[in-house]
Parts: sequence; structure tokens; C-alpha cells
Amino acid sequence: MSTAQHVQHSPLRIFLKTIAARAYPRVMAANRQKTWVFFDMAFPMVGALAMVLVYQGLHAPRQYLGFVVMGGAMLAFWQNVLWSMAAQFSWDRGNGTLELYVISPTTFEGVLLGMALGSMFTVTLRAGAILLLGSLLFGITYTAAGTLPAIGVFLLTLAALYCLGMLLASLFLFYGREAWHLSNAMQEPINFLSGLYFPVNALGAYVGGAASLVPMTLGLDAMRQLLLPGTPVFIPAGTEALLVAVQIPVFAVLAGISLRYMEIRARRDGKLVTRWE
Amino acid sequence: MARTHHPSSDTSRLAVETRRLTRVYKTRRELTTALQDVDLEVGEGELFGVLGPNGAGKTTLIKILVTLLLPTSGQAFVDGLDVVTDYKRLRSRIGMVSGGEQAGYGILKVREQLWMFSQFYGMDSTAARKRIDELLERLGLSDAANKQITGLSSGMRQKMNLVRGLMTDPRVLFLDEPTVALDVSAARDVRSEVRRWMREDPTRTVILTTHYMQEADELCDRVAIVNRGRIVAEGTPRALKQSVDDDVIVDLQLDPGTPVLDRLRAIEGVGAASVREEDGVDRFSLMLADDGVLPRVMTTVEGAGRHVSGLVRRQPTLEDAFVKLVGRSMTEEEA
Repeated sequence: MSTAQHVQHSPLRIFLKTIAARAYPRVMAANRQKTWVFFDMAFPMVGALAMVLVYQGLHAPRQYLGFVVMGGAMLAFWQNVLWSMAAQFSWDRGNGTLELYVISPTTFEGVLLGMALGSMFTVTLRAGAILLLGSLLFGITYTAAGTLPAIGVFLLTLAALYCLGMLLASLFLFYGREAWHLSNAMQEPINFLSGLYFPVNALGAYVGGAASLVPMTLGLDAMRQLLLPGTPVFIPAGTEALLVAVQIPVFAVLAGISLRYMEIRARRDGKLVTRWE
Repeated sequence: MARTHHPSSDTSRLAVETRRLTRVYKTRRELTTALQDVDLEVGEGELFGVLGPNGAGKTTLIKILVTLLLPTSGQAFVDGLDVVTDYKRLRSRIGMVSGGEQAGYGILKVREQLWMFSQFYGMDSTAARKRIDELLERLGLSDAANKQITGLSSGMRQKMNLVRGLMTDPRVLFLDEPTVALDVSAARDVRSEVRRWMREDPTRTVILTTHYMQEADELCDRVAIVNRGRIVAEGTPRALKQSVDDDVIVDLQLDPGTPVLDRLRAIEGVGAASVREEDGVDRFSLMLADDGVLPRVMTTVEGAGRHVSGLVRRQPTLEDAFVKLVGRSMTEEEA
């Protein structure tokens, strides 16, 4: 074997390769552990469909069934952000993988984006299955003209959500169990505040406005306005899409700053290592 | 403090340098000084060992040098780069492998996991796969290349971890107890590969922490002995062993009975004493100032009602030098 010279690759190259490499275990896991089909698709679908049945039983307006189905689909992405992205550093610290990320020349952003992209297939499948099955079972109709703009809003929402996920992940660099509790505590309130199963304007201007900090709130409301006729307007869909678009760079920049800051704090306080002596 | 320079190392270019390096851990109730005023110089191309009992500060030193921890005060440079201010540039030049490491994802196969880590360094995929296959073959792991990681034995797993550390060709490789809990054969393979890897390029440097004195003696060009966060001795294994050349080293085997270690240590002329239990008997290692101390030792043992089942005088080892400097053996807990 020849004597190797030290090579320093460009940050962009390392970033792109990291995304692909970190996505790989997620793709392989979906391929090799088929149980996700049951746990990640069947169970969440039951939850969303149960909510539809509640509305049906209460003789709620027809579009409410659509709210639930769309909310159930978006929930898949939110849970992915919360547990498979933000909280992943907690697992990685536990088995020593976080140390190896830190001492390599890669960036946390690359690792986190890789995690997100790697699980995109299974999450999209889960969301798609809820949307398709719910729509077919309960005869929900959508406005065809709103489809393309809704897809655009959906993509913006996803981008903003994953940038928020990176911001949350920075907490896991420094905090351990505390951040875990935070994720736990955030799940149900945000499910509620985002109006996953009802229109956001039911929360009122102040609560709805505060909830709008989570991109899912505005994104979901805009998509509903575009696809489900008769959706009560919280903020016009165009404005909501614009606000979500603004959230993308804001969360991305904040995440970058927070990841750097938390890394330095964690190095100072010894929170990156699994053991010390 | 004993200090000698390794004759073959290129001390004009230091691979690792620390200046008054100190690390204090803060907990809610107290401050713990894990490292204090550590000055260290490791030349390029050296295999340098860091020895010390549990809690001595070895791992803290390594974690600072690999940029996982910030020093509380002092400075540290690796490959000429400051670990605090230049850590981003430094990270592509270093590697770390720890004993018993469980890092990575069990769902992946050996080759896949190694490829994944290679990408975090920006390696070309084809070149990475070629390098991985070469290293797997050298470590006798070719047959396990397509095996899922969850199915690996601890020896195989540690060899895989070593491949991960070597494949990116770091300028400085940190090995933190790399052979801990490995069987004799796997440990030998790991040591042999480390040596071979260093021979390939004389500018490669390895910093090794180990509990195994024989390993340090066999592998290291120089060692530093760390105790309570300070370096208490530094030099070649031979030089350290020479520091106990004038002593008489005696191994004493006693059947189980009343504890006598403290009594033996209290005898005038006993420089150091350590004990380990093995196969149901206590094996004492005593360092005596001269042969005349031995009768006093025997009187003390008999006075404690202990039966001597073996007595051997032998050549000093690195372990003896360690016991003399630290006051206890590597495995013995601090009183």
C-alpha cells in the first residue's frame, strides 16, 4: 500500500457526501427492517382515522374530515423532525457516534440533513398512505386547481420544518435527558397548536399567531385553504406561504448559530463525551 | 520527573505538544481536576504511550487533543494546530479509536459502516472502498465485510473500529485502550496492524492509552505515566525500567488469609508493593531496596499467619517502574 498524503477536501464536498452517507443507514433500515410498515404506517393511520370518525359522529362540516386527514399526513413529518432528527443526537451520544461526528471534518448540518433525507421515503409513504386511504374511505374531495400551489407550500413547509429540526437538534448537543423531556413536552402541545385536526383560526389571533412560529401551523392552514373549499381563513394562503418561506432562512441561520454555540458549550462542559476520567 | 527523548523521533516537528494543560470538571457540588499543568512533547513518527490508573486523566487528555473537550487553561497543539482555535482544520488530520466502542449503526454491514464514516472525511467512494477492503484483509476481516454489525464478536468489532481509524490516513491517530477486553489473538492482530500502519509512513504518529503494561512496553517508543492529572514520568520503556534496576523485584505468592499489603508497605526497605488475586491466591509484587529486606518481609508474612506458596526473584518490568512511581498497580483502586 502506498504512503498516503494528507488530503483536506472542500467543505462543500464533505457536506454533500455526509448527507448521502448519513441518509444511507435510514434507507437500509427501511429496507432491512420491514416492521416499520406496521409501526410507522398502520398505527398512526388508526389515530388519524379515529379522529375522522369522531367528526363524522358529531356531524361536523365535511371539510373537517379533510382537515384531519391532511393533519394526520403532516403529523408524520413533524414526528420525524422531532424524534428522528432533533432527538437523534441523544442516541448518538449514548453509543459514541456523536464523538465520531464531532472529531471528523463534517458538519452537524450535513449529518442532520442526511438523517432527514434518509427517512423521507418512509415518512412520505406514511403521509401518502394516510392521505390516500383517508380520502378514499371518507370520500374527501380536493380542489384540483389548488394542487400545484399546495405542493409548493408543502415543500416550503418541509424545508422550514427541517430547519427547525436542526435548531432543536442543537439542544441535544448540550442537554441530554432535559432535551428529551422537551421533545416529549413539545409533541402534544404543538400537535394541538398547529391545528392538526381543526382549523387554526379556532385558536384565535393571539394563540394562532404564537403557534405560527411552528412552520406546520401556517403551512397546513395554507394547504387546507388551497385544497379544501370552505376552510375558514386564518391568514390568506399567499401570506402564509410567504411567512413560511421567510422562516426557512431564519431557522437555518439560527440553527447554524445554535449548533456552533452549543458545540462550544458542550466541549467546554464535557457534554459531548460519553465518559471521562 | 524522568524524561528522555526518543532517538528516532523527529522532535524538530512535534505531532503533539501541550503547555501547562489543565482541565477541571465542574459538578453541582465540587470541582474535579482531571489534568493539571501537563507539558508534553511528542515528535512526529512516534508511538507514544500514556499510562495511568483509572481516573488518572488519560482519557481527558485524549479528548482534549481530539477536540471533544476544551482545556480549562493551558494550550495544546496537534500536528501544529491549536485544538481550541484551529479545531476545524485539525479534524481532517486526526483519528480516534476507543476500546469497547459501539459507535455506528447496527443495521449496517461492516463495509457499509466504514464507507459511511469515510464520507464524513470527503473520501472518494471508490478509493474508500478499495482502502477499506485492503485494511479488512490485513486484519483478517474480509469474510465479515458483508456481515451485519450486530452479528460481530467484540474482537471483530474492535478490528472494524481500527479500520475506521486507519482508513482516512490521519496524521495523528489516538488509540484509547484499543485492546481492552480483547482475546490474546485479536489484541495481537490490533497491535501488529498499528505497527505496520506506522511503518508505511514514518511521519504518522500514534498516541496510545493502555492498561496493559506489556502492550506499552512492546509497542511504544516512549511513554508518559500519568497519575492524578499530572505526568509523573516520561521516557522510553527501557529508561523507565532502568529506574528500578537497582531494586530487587520479588514475586510472592500467598494462600488466602489476613490482608498484609499495608504491613508489607510499612517495612523499611520496601519501595513499593502491589497485589492481585489470581486463581484463588494473592500474588504480591515487591520492590526491595536490597536482598537484606527479604527476611523482614518473610517475618511479617508469617506473623500475619499467611502461608507462602511461591517466591521468585525476577527482572524489573515497566509495571514495576509504574508501581514505584505511582505507588500502586494499574488495576488497584486508590486508597
